[in-house]
Parts: sequence; structure tokens; C-alpha cells
Amino acid sequence: MVVYDNTYDVIVVGAGHAGCEAALASARMGCATLLLTINLDAVALMSCNPAIGGLAKGHLVKEIDALGGEMGKNIDATGIQFRILNTRKGPAVRASRAQADKQQYRLRMKRVLENQENLHLKQGEVTGLHVEDGRVAGVDTRLQVRYLGKTVILTTGTFMRGLIHVGLTNYAGGRAGDLPSIGLSDQLRDLGFEVGRLKTGTPARLDGRTIDFCRLEPQYGDDPPVPFSFSTERIDQPQVPCHIAYTNERSHDIIRSGLDRSPLYAGVIEGIGPRYCPSIEDKVVRFPEKNRHQTFIEPEGRDTVEVYPSGLSTSLPIDVQIAFYRSIEGLERVEIMRPAYAIEYDYVDPIQLHASLETKLLRNLYHAGQINGTSGYEEAAGQGLIAGINAALQVQGREPLVLGRSEAYIGVLIDDLVTLGTREPYRMFTSRAEYRLLLREDNADLRLREKGHAVGLLPENEYVRFLEKRERIEAELARVRREKLLPSEADPVFMEEFGLVGMQNALTYEQLLRRPDITYAELSRLDSHALEVNPAVREQVEIQVKYQGYIDRQLDQVERARKMESTRIPDDFEYFGLSGLSTEVQEKLRKFRPDTLGQASRIPGITPAAISILSITLKMRGEK
Amino acid sequence: MYLRDTIAAISTPAGEGGIGIVRVSGPDAERIAARIFRKKEGGFQSHLFYYGAIVEPETGFCLDEAMAVLMHAPRSYTREDVLELHSHGGTLVVQNVLQLALREGARLAEPGEFTRRAFLNGRIDLAQAEAVIDIIRSKTDLALEVAQSQREGSLSHRIGEMKGGLVQLLALLEAHIDFPEEDIEPASRDEISARVAGFTLEIGEMLATYGEGRILREGIAVLIAGRPNVGKSSLLNSLLREKRAIVTSIPGTTRDIIEEVVNIRGIPLRLMDTAGIRETEDLIEQEGVRLTREQIPRADLILFIVDASLPLSDEDLAIYEVIRAKPHVVLLNKSDLLEQPVASFPRDAVTCSISALTGEGLDALKDQIADMFLHGRIDDARSQVLINNSRHRDALERASIPLQRFSENYTLLGGLLELLAADLREAVNALGEITGETSTDDLLDLIFSQFCIGK
Repeated sequence: MVVYDNTYDVIVVGAGHAGCEAALASARMGCATLLLTINLDAVALMSCNPAIGGLAKGHLVKEIDALGGEMGKNIDATGIQFRILNTRKGPAVRASRAQADKQQYRLRMKRVLENQENLHLKQGEVTGLHVEDGRVAGVDTRLQVRYLGKTVILTTGTFMRGLIHVGLTNYAGGRAGDLPSIGLSDQLRDLGFEVGRLKTGTPARLDGRTIDFCRLEPQYGDDPPVPFSFSTERIDQPQVPCHIAYTNERSHDIIRSGLDRSPLYAGVIEGIGPRYCPSIEDKVVRFPEKNRHQTFIEPEGRDTVEVYPSGLSTSLPIDVQIAFYRSIEGLERVEIMRPAYAIEYDYVDPIQLHASLETKLLRNLYHAGQINGTSGYEEAAGQGLIAGINAALQVQGREPLVLGRSEAYIGVLIDDLVTLGTREPYRMFTSRAEYRLLLREDNADLRLREKGHAVGLLPENEYVRFLEKRERIEAELARVRREKLLPSEADPVFMEEFGLVGMQNALTYEQLLRRPDITYAELSRLDSHALEVNPAVREQVEIQVKYQGYIDRQLDQVERARKMESTRIPDDFEYFGLSGLSTEVQEKLRKFRPDTLGQASRIPGITPAAISILSITLKMRGEK
Repeated sequence: MYLRDTIAAISTPAGEGGIGIVRVSGPDAERIAARIFRKKEGGFQSHLFYYGAIVEPETGFCLDEAMAVLMHAPRSYTREDVLELHSHGGTLVVQNVLQLALREGARLAEPGEFTRRAFLNGRIDLAQAEAVIDIIRSKTDLALEVAQSQREGSLSHRIGEMKGGLVQLLALLEAHIDFPEEDIEPASRDEISARVAGFTLEIGEMLATYGEGRILREGIAVLIAGRPNVGKSSLLNSLLREKRAIVTSIPGTTRDIIEEVVNIRGIPLRLMDTAGIRETEDLIEQEGVRLTREQIPRADLILFIVDASLPLSDEDLAIYEVIRAKPHVVLLNKSDLLEQPVASFPRDAVTCSISALTGEGLDALKDQIADMFLHGRIDDARSQVLINNSRHRDALERASIPLQRFSENYTLLGGLLELLAADLREAVNALGEITGETSTDDLLDLIFSQFCIGK
């Protein structure tokens, strides 16, 4: 074993979406950082669909951006179709989504990493952790090189003992075309981690030249495209459409005829797949009454003919794949360029993590991304960012950054992982956030910029711009609360239109904006200043005014929960023999080792009664 | 909080009875059984009744012949090991058995501790635990029936059904929020709105039973008012004379809280200041008015008694002015002596002719009271869910408010889905507080089982 003669503050294993954010965060916070990847040509590669964002995921990207992460800027620079979803369902469930030019996306991220101060980017397969005195102290690679590091972040994606399935054929691989990571998960198991197995899948990549797009329905992005990042002014690159196609009864017959050679149904695959992203054979079997399934044919980039048929992932044998894809109207002559496949991989049960993403078993070791049982680039990036920040804070001897469930989707995500664990690949949904109205895309900066700045990640110029925006929001809020519509001076047409004729008292603009039928557009008819207000400020004021009742109610709930969330349970707290707790509850608490009373209350099977007992015990201990 | 130790208590009422039961619950129950209960041979099989004797282990002295049953956890009332010792029912015998259990390591249970353990160990939910307390405190059959039905889970069941229904609707909305790009068939908005209106109505109906439910649980505080010597004491005695009707009397240290409870058509009537009535018959006039005035705020019903054989005096009228804003019945006493009562009252006053001395007219009075408070709505307490607890009422109200808001939003805003969902979620959480669980974990499961999702 060769010991490399440079000791790093932070070593990040894996350069996917989690690893890139982790490495950038720690390097930007001034820590000497090493990023190791099996394949330097696959940095920030989009292994599945060529898109960023979507419901709850768009929220995650905005939060990453607000904290000082890279994902938002990277998609803004390389996106080829931007859309805002759910525009008419409410302010908090509006979400941004963009198609990415896959190769451009990865190349730009690699360039950002290469140009980052304090960051070394190296190719190498990590086969084991170097552990000293119960703490991680570095990593060992396949080529027998030992890199020493004060902290290590594992972001292994689908690589640990990755096994690729196409029909009943399978082979070891971390992703089609890449080597697997062998040895690391065995060592983790030996160290006492609970290692499980998950499965995911991806559709075939098709040759766009062999698809008859005229027969498919095009779907264009928004014009003008709206960027993700709070720092991006506008999107300049040309935009392209997606196309919608449908499977049919014949497609489903073809799939059913191949089920006997499906590794999923033949029992070859043992890992658990995501219910929200089932393979097409899963959908056909579970929902036999549906006579067609929708697919979006998404471009993989502007410089390639490859396209991605979303929702049509499969692990059926290649002959069934060909027949199936060709059964779809418009795809009769389609050529497969890369076959669809399923992949099984090892993950580590995330209940073994603190909310800082540091493992409870091994100090200075952090896990982020699919190793924690999540799926999705955005979920991975959010965790990577937090792990990177917290590894850096650890090196700097500072308290970790833990986001609460009322502060960020990232907080909900990590809290769910560390208190509930997961049996299937975990994806973020807005319905997972009980304080959803507070966690909007539009206010991600108001929620998190301050925190990004406090940890030292947010560049000063971005922070100053944010402070200006916040001041302008405050000023505009004050203005609409002050300015009034006087019955005597009002425009009679306006009064008639909004049923205000005969109004006795003056109404403030705030009171007017509170009405569902009055927005800034209507307000501007009375108020010449309204149109001069910056659109982002306008949006913020309008939302805060219009939904104040709902927002205040959620803030009340947050306040009520605050005490539990802030009551810490010491690491060495002994649950065994604690009076009043059933054996079952004791065992659960000993297994999960929650950091706070709030976390404990969300562990399945922990009753409200058990929480009261814990709370009293902690209080008595505190008083002693 | 409770300690994880072994508790013991006498479970049968104080006084002499056929049998007396000492109940022991906790990890030491089986050891104590083996130490102090002597039977033929072998150990205890769970849930079997054994004949034997209770003996002091050191001396072998036999306290009593007895029956004993050991119930192993979790199949017991508390979900712990529970031992029941059935001895003869003399006060001393049962006390001695308890003392022996305590000497062997058990601790004297606090009031309600067995039920608290049942709740803490998850055997019953919060609403059921509360019902057990109500059962113990029930003063009339009707009140008992309501409590029994809640303990069996009638309330929990009804709440669970409503909550389940609301979570179903929530799943519909959430599916449309979280999966906008899936081709999920739109739910019928009219149907959703109608179902929410249905739940609102149901909660409203449950809330409407609170008056009756509370009355059955807590009884009606009744003040007998009237100037001295119009027959207050006689009325009291007549009411109390029907011995069968006396359910309990609560002796207090101060006169103020001495109450007699009388069962009237299933309603516990708490007669206020019974001692006071007897003592104050000869008080000077102003004092009587003052006392009445002081008592009024605590009374649910005032029985205002006048001497019907005499014209109304100024003092009668003064007291009447004081009480008339409260629910009241004017009792025309001594009406048995007359063809027509002399005293006359405003036409809208509820009057009742009685003879406080003989008890004549009391039946009509009781019907009158039952009518006033139960509105004829409680025919079969077991068949309907009655809300009898203010905590439940509060939670139902907090569930009802967002549901009403849902209906308003629905028409007003055309329903922004996320606000509608927020309303439903708030209602679901409030309902969950009644049974003590608020989780909506099942939401995503519902979505995935109902909709084909996955792009």
C-alpha cells in the first residue's frame, strides 16, 4: 500500500450528483478536498432521464442553489427546455423542470470542478475505508494507494456490487458501460453497517432518426424559459420540444409474452424497486385495466440523435424490448442504441446516520445519495451538499448544519431518511412535507441564503444581491399595507368590476391583494407604482399577502413543534431499562438512536406516550 | 409517567362484599403469585382459574381460601403480567391480601394506573382510556352505556372511518399535485366537494350531541332557589326520598361542595348546596337573594320554588329577576291545597305544579327536566356516538373549521388544490388527536395503490 503524501480535509468518493456538490461545498468552504471517481468521463453523468427538477425536485434544486450549490447553475447553463409545472394548483406546488443536454451538463460540471480551488479530481476505485481508533482516516483504492483524509464522504450511487440485468442475462457493472465498486460494501458490513439491496431501472435510448415525430404530439417549454438559479439572469441557449407517445394493447401483449424471461418476475432480482417509478412490465401487470401508458420522448441533447422514452424502463430481454418499443405508434421502425436494463446495488440503511449525515457508527464518515436509499439527481445533490458542508464544518470544529422540516425539503428528506429509514428507493414528493406552504420554490432564497452565507459557502456578491431583494420585499410589503384605495377617489369602472361600489371605508392595497380575483395586474390599474416593482419582489409580496392565513397557521404548527425539535437526546442516552417504555419501544430507540425528541416522535412505532416518558426523563436528567 | 414496576390494588369497592379482588400488574406478578398463592402443584398456566389459599410465605399462615388467575403479557388488561386474587370480601381480609402483595415487592397503584398502563402499552387508544374513567365514574345507566360504547371503540371507530375517508380524498388531491405529468384521470370535483360536505355534516351532528353527552357524563348542576319557607327543604327531601335514585353523595370539607346526586330519567342531577338549603331556611330576606345570586353561575338549571297558596311577594319577584336568564322551572308548591294557584307568572315561564311535601307532581317535573336537557334525542345511547368530553369536542371543532374552509375555498377560488389539501390535512390531524395518533404515512401507499404512476 502506497500512502499518498497529501492529507486532505475531505475525501469524496464518487463524482455523481451528490459527490460533485459535496466536493464543491467543502472546497469552497476552504477545505483541501479530494474527489475520487471510477471514471473521470462520467462526472455528473445523468444515468437515467436527461432532466432536472419536477415536483418537489425543482424545490430541492432551488434550495441547493440558495445554499450555494451548483446544480441550479449547471442546468441553467445546459438546459434545452424549461417548464414550470402546476401553475394553477397553488404557489407552493409550482415546480420547475428542465430537459438537460446530457453531455453538456456533465462537461460543464467537470469544468467547474477542475477550476475549483482546493479541489483535486482523480480517477480511482475506492475498495475500502482506512479506519483508525473508531474513526475514518482515509480511503484505499484498487491500485493500492492510501489517501489520508480527516473526513470521508461516500456517494457510491448504484456502484457498490452493482449488477446489471437484461432479461435473464446479468453482469457486474456500476452503470451500463462502467465498472462496479467491489469490496467497499463488504467492509461496511464488517464494520457493523446494515447493508441492503435496492433495484432501479432505465429505459432504452432510441435513435431519434428512426422515430416518426410528425405522428407524435410535441410539447414545448415555456417561453421565455425561467431559470432555476437565483443568480441566473436569463437562459440564452436554443430550446427544443419533447414528444408524447402512448403504448397500446399490442405493446402490453408483447410485454406479457416476455414475462417468463423477466428477471423481476422470474425472481432473479432480489432488490426492491421504486413504486413511483415502476418498469413498464410492472405497470402492465399491476394495472391490467389501463389500455395505454403515456411516454414523453425526451431529447438527450442537441448534438446527439439519442432520445429517452420516459416511463418505459424495463429489464425484459432484448428481443422483447425491440418488439415492444416498435409497437408504439410513431416508433414502428425505431432502432435501439442502448438497451434498457435494471440494476441492483447495495445501500446502507440511513437510520444509521445523524441528521448531519455523519454515520453514527464511524465518526467523520458521511453518506450521501443513493447509498442512503434515495433515488433522483436532486435528492442526491441535496444530501451531497449537506454532507460536504458538514464535513467541512467538522474539520473547522464547528457545529453541523441541520435543516428542519419547516425550513427546507432537504430537511424533510434527511429527516425522513434518518428517522424512518427506507425499504425502497426514496423519492421526494411535496406531500411528504407537512409544512408545504412554507417550503416554496419562490422563497427558497429567503429560507436558506442566510444559512448558506453563515457556513461560508455563499459568495459575497450573491449574498449582497439577496439582502437587497429582501429589503425591497419588506419595503413593498410596507407600502401595500400603507397605501389605500379611497372610495372617493376610486375609478368607478374598477369599483363596479370588483363589486366595491358603495364601499364605506378605505381599503389598503394589502386588503385588495388578499382577494383571489385581484393580483398585481389588477392592482396596477389603481396604483401606477405597482408595475415598477421588480417581478420577483412582486411575486413574493403577492404570495405572502394572499396566502397569509394558511401560512400563519403552518407557522403556528411549527412553533408548537419547536420545543420537541430542539430537545436533544445525548448520544450515550441509555434506553434500556427506562421506566415505562415497552421492550419493543426500547429496542427501536436503541436501534435508531434519534438525535432529538422530534426525530424520536417520527420513528414508526414510537407512541405519543413513549415520547412523553422520554421527554420527562430528559427533563429530569437536565435538571440533575 | 409510570415506573416499570409491579403495582397492586384492591379492585373491588370498599366495604363488605361476596368476594374481594386484589389485582397485581407488572413483571413481578408471576413471582408474587408463586410466593403467596398455594395450590395443588405445578406453575400457573395463563388465563386459568386456580383454587387454593393465600398464605404468608414465611410462616405458612393462611390468610384466606381463594381463587387466583394469572394472565401473561400481552393478553391482559394492562398488557403486562396480571395476577388477580379473589378472596372473601371482608374489608380486613382483602386489605391483608393487598398488604401481603405489597410486602412481596408490589407498589400500591395510583388511581387509574392500571388503565394508564393499558394505554401506554398500546392496548387501548386515548379515547378508550378516557371512556374507562367515565365508566368508573358513571352515575346513571344511560351515562354508563355511553361510556361503555366508547370504551368498546365506537367513537374511535367512527373517527377512524372519517379520518380514513378524508385521507382517501387527500390522496386524490395529492396525486394530482405530485404527479402533474401522469395521465391520471381527474377526480370528479363535485363528488369530492359533496363528500367533504358530508363529513362536515357528520362532525356537526357529533358536535350537536355534546350537550347531551356532557350532561350524561357530568350531570346537571341544579340549584333550588326560593325565599325561605316556600318548601325548598321539602322538595329536596322528596327528591332524595326515593332511596333508589340516590347514586352517590359527595361529602366535602366545606359546605359549598356538598352535593347530592339524583338520577332523573338517566340524567345525573347534582343538587347544589344541599346543606345550605337546610341551614338557610330561616335566613333574613336579603341574605337569601345574595346567596342565590352567588350560586347562579355554577348552575345549569334552577328550580325556582314559590308558595302557590299565596300571592307572589316582592322577594319572590326579586329572586325571579335574578334567575330568569338561566334555564329554570318555576315550581308552584302546595298546589295540592288549591283549586287554582294564586301566584301567577309570565306566560312564557315553564311552570310545574307540585307538592314538595307529598312528592306529587315530581314525575311531571322529571319529564320536564329530561325534555329540557335531552331534547328527546337519546333513545338508544348504544346505537349512536355521543360526544361527552370537552377534549373531543375541541378536536372535532378544529376538524370542522378547515372542512368548512375547504367548502368555501372550493367555490371561491375554484379550489387551488394545495390549499384544499392543506385544509383536509388539518382536519385529518385534528381527528387523529382524539384517538391519539396523527400520522398520514398511509397517504403515499394509497396513491401508489390507486394510480398507475411512473414516468
